[in-house]
Amino acid sequence: MKKLSYMDSVHRDGTIWNLSVMVLLLAFPVACCFVFNVAPEWKSLLMGLFATAPMYWAVGAIETVTYVPMLGAGGSYLSFVTGNISNLKLPCALNALDQNGVSANSEEGEVVSTIAIAVSSIVTTIIIIIGVVMIVPLTPVLSAPVLQPAFDQILPALFGGLGVAFVSKNWKIAIAPIVLMLILFIFVPALNAGTVGIMVPVCALFTIGVSRIMYKKGMI
Amino acid sequence: MSFDVNHWILFLMAGILVAVVLAQSVFFLIKALRRTKELGMDQKKIRKTMLTAAIFTIAPAVAIVISVMVLSKTLGLPLPWLRLSVVGSMSYETVAANNALSAMGQTLGAGSLDAQQFVNVLIVMTVSIMLGIWLVPLIGKKLQKGMKSMENRDKRWANIFQAALFIGMIASFLGFVFCDVSRLWDPASRVVDGVTLSATSGLVPVVVMAASALIMVICGLLMKLPKMKWLSEYALPISLIVGMAVAIPVTAWLG
Repeated sequence: MKKLSYMDSVHRDGTIWNLSVMVLLLAFPVACCFVFNVAPEWKSLLMGLFATAPMYWAVGAIETVTYVPMLGAGGSYLSFVTGNISNLKLPCALNALDQNGVSANSEEGEVVSTIAIAVSSIVTTIIIIIGVVMIVPLTPVLSAPVLQPAFDQILPALFGGLGVAFVSKNWKIAIAPIVLMLILFIFVPALNAGTVGIMVPVCALFTIGVSRIMYKKGMI
Repeated sequence: MSFDVNHWILFLMAGILVAVVLAQSVFFLIKALRRTKELGMDQKKIRKTMLTAAIFTIAPAVAIVISVMVLSKTLGLPLPWLRLSVVGSMSYETVAANNALSAMGQTLGAGSLDAQQFVNVLIVMTVSIMLGIWLVPLIGKKLQKGMKSMENRDKRWANIFQAALFIGMIASFLGFVFCDVSRLWDPASRVVDGVTLSATSGLVPVVVMAASALIMVICGLLMKLPKMKWLSEYALPISLIVGMAVAIPVTAWLG
């Protein structure tokens, strides 16, 4: 039998893991129905699904196309199972690539990104388990009003540092998208925390377009 | 069996799923670590990468724990635990739970859920969030091949393309930081959920971002000193934590 390349084996293992997790996730509600001897209320279930699924599926499809090239193969299989991509997994992977000085396109980049995302997923899962086990003593501490602003501002605190690291290395291609996003977010009221996810692919396409023009003209 | 949102069986089932997802992370970690040895990569650097990733993750993970606490008041503990360990996010789960309940003529937080409401919420959440889990196996390989063939045609452009993707993402979030600045001149935008905020409250994220960026710049300069090289592993976690800490007095001042 021909030996699989590393990348091919990542795709094979990732497919097996992700589809298994999917089956288990779907088994959860089915098991609940049997254990508690209850059936879903179908009409409202369909209404609820109709109100929720189309939007999230559309966003999910766009996210997949946008994030897979950034996360790498192993990182993508893991990130799309463990979630919190833009606020945790992707910044973590980007920082690791930067720290190791490897390109995301190389196999070194692929493994570095996978390692960062796997460690981040493991740490997150364990911290949530600790939180769940110790919820009674932890709740008054973590929900203390004095700490509230710190957790409200986690995204600005994250992207300030990350922005410096990446914009300083690619400042020529960063100017146009940053200016555009500032204008849009300041003057279009519909753009807020709920819609920033939709703007990521829009801005990524815009940046690629601008970079292509600059590249063709020999500016970068 | 009589139903309770905190029934031990729900804890058991959520626990099994969380364990499987944890196993997947460990599996990929070991697989990638083995590959670094085959590629002859510097193992010291790899260990530092793991350390940085772990330290960096702590603050955002604690924020996720807070979301679990908030959601557990209405949905019980096992469901938010599972949903935020596997895909999920605070805003998504709230929307999904609200949609599922309002279709049944209920609202989130109006009292404890019965078994049928719970199952409906669970199915709506699970099915709606599931796309990425199966779409990555379906198209991930093709997307990667596309990137590879672009690299083979023009390596320099492929690297610029990759940088442009990253910059596009970062620029969107930098724009998002400024989304409430319009409160300075637009009184209508100050009213959020029936509460009127101060005109300067929209500047809080901007100041926090600036503080975090400044710390990153300082770290970047210090890293150039031979004795301060170790700082490179901690620069991002430090700027994140300082930014969050700055948010406390700045919110009191401007918010």
